[in-house]
Amino acid sequence: MTEATPPVETPDVIRTEHLVKRFGAVTALRDVSMHLRKGEVLGLVGDNGAGKSTLIKILTGFLQPDSGEIFVNGEAVKLRSVTHARSLGIETVYQDLALVNQLSVYHNMFLNRELRHFPLPFINNRKMRELARDHLKKMGVDIPSVDVEVAKLSGGQRQAIAIARAVYTDATILLLDEPLAAMGAKEARLILEMISNLKAMGEVSIIMIAHNYSQVLETCTRVNLLQHGMITFDKPVAETSLEELNDLVMREYRVAAKRTPAKS
Amino acid sequence: MPETILSDAPTPETERSPEPAGRAFWSRLGRIFLQQREASILAVAIVLVVYFQFSTSNFLTGVNIRTLFEFVSATAIISAGEVMLLICGEIDLSVGQVFALAPFIMYFVNQAGLPLWVGILAGLLVSCVVGLFNGIVTVWFRIPSLISTLGTQFLLNGITLTLSMGEPVLTPSEGQVNQVMGANPYSEILWAVLVMVVVQVILSYTRWGKHTVATGGNLLGASEVGVNVNRVKLGNFMLASLLAGLAGTLEAFRITSTDPLAGGTTIMFSAVAGAVIGGTALSGGIGTVVGAFLGVLALSILNDGFTLLGVSAYTYDIILGLAILIAMILNVRLRIWREAGRQ
Repeated sequence: MTEATPPVETPDVIRTEHLVKRFGAVTALRDVSMHLRKGEVLGLVGDNGAGKSTLIKILTGFLQPDSGEIFVNGEAVKLRSVTHARSLGIETVYQDLALVNQLSVYHNMFLNRELRHFPLPFINNRKMRELARDHLKKMGVDIPSVDVEVAKLSGGQRQAIAIARAVYTDATILLLDEPLAAMGAKEARLILEMISNLKAMGEVSIIMIAHNYSQVLETCTRVNLLQHGMITFDKPVAETSLEELNDLVMREYRVAAKRTPAKS
Repeated sequence: MPETILSDAPTPETERSPEPAGRAFWSRLGRIFLQQREASILAVAIVLVVYFQFSTSNFLTGVNIRTLFEFVSATAIISAGEVMLLICGEIDLSVGQVFALAPFIMYFVNQAGLPLWVGILAGLLVSCVVGLFNGIVTVWFRIPSLISTLGTQFLLNGITLTLSMGEPVLTPSEGQVNQVMGANPYSEILWAVLVMVVVQVILSYTRWGKHTVATGGNLLGASEVGVNVNRVKLGNFMLASLLAGLAGTLEAFRITSTDPLAGGTTIMFSAVAGAVIGGTALSGGIGTVVGAFLGVLALSILNDGFTLLGVSAYTYDIILGLAILIAMILNVRLRIWREAGRQ
């Protein structure tokens, strides 16, 4: 998976300008201006409390910013609700994954979109099973069978199914909230390959919150660092390195250490 | 049912550390038991039948089988609705009182000069309204259904006693309607089987059924995907009440009289016990209507067999209590084993 081709300038699917969000006395986002190009995988990194989750929640319509503007496909929008964002093609895969353990993989894939033997009220299990199998195959998701209950799958497989389902809803913008959290190396590999596949297909644009810089450098097209509610760093992965990213974050610690003398 | 067949293919990217032999055996046994839950409860029922036949020799007679059907039918119909509610994460304690109310509504509508079938429909309609009421109190006012339906249970009992002035009445009868609704010795069990099949099909093969499982299995997740979880709950409250009203009406036709204290908590607890023994989890997301039917059947065989043997009703209660406890412990253990099985 080498990045031989130079990054192509595609139009922005999401752009934010001067987003501000406060929770009482706490300012979660001070001034966030960022953008996501079509087909891009943007890695969003930063410390806990830097505002990553707040930004994702605003882009998914769950929270509304105090000020600032959001453009989706070039048009200024006020994202009123999750449903509203979804209608614009923005789909979020949360950490809880919204999967139902007691249902089979394909019933989860088609949850609330079940196909029926029209005009009969019965669901078309055969068709859903087939489509789910094809879609998962296309996405490179390897599970023993689409008939197994989701409860029987590993964390990585569950994450893969949640992502595959989000893509299957015709989402064009995918927000992944720490898709690699609490996952072993092999499991993480599965998800990273899936994201790389999506990138290669080029139809969806992805923002991915992550903590592991080497995984970000390997999978993403561009990386943004969020510090104290502002984007402080924005480079294509090809132009940065693990050393630079580590250095940036360490510098912040050193500054912080100087400001507040050690307590004990 | 194709979806209960689970592939045993090992998950490719997990390397299982060798489990201790004892644990592996128990978890495999647990898995088999879990997947074949209906089969195992059926096996229990058959063992009981064989035992009672050998020890009393008049268990498998026409008369006794009809008695058994009487034990089973009304409770099985109620348990079908209760299963749907339990799967979506709720419970209805007031079904026994709806069971008593519906035939009185039928009686009074009929007394007012309307045809009997209008009375039957009126009774069922009132049952649905009770279910809607239970649902609204539970879903909109966010009262746990264990509490809200405990309230309606007393409320309905009071209404039925007031309407009837505490006196039983003779059930009106009109040839054909009478035969269909319960006077025929086999009509009630046929109704029970019909209800079981219809509700099981709803559960397994309709969107409603899948959304019911999703609501009980992951409430937040289901609503994130856009499932209208409140509507699912309201609908299942109405279904449970409707079936309780139907069971009460059928029973009134069979007995040819109806009592304001019929049903009550006894029939409600039997229905819930049957559901639980048949594999329904009180925590939601898991259960089948067929399992509940077999659970009710097994309990009824036990009850009937003990009566034939002359064992005291107190002993039956001891056994019933133990059976419920064992079934509940199994439900919880099986879930733990099943979760331990995934890595």
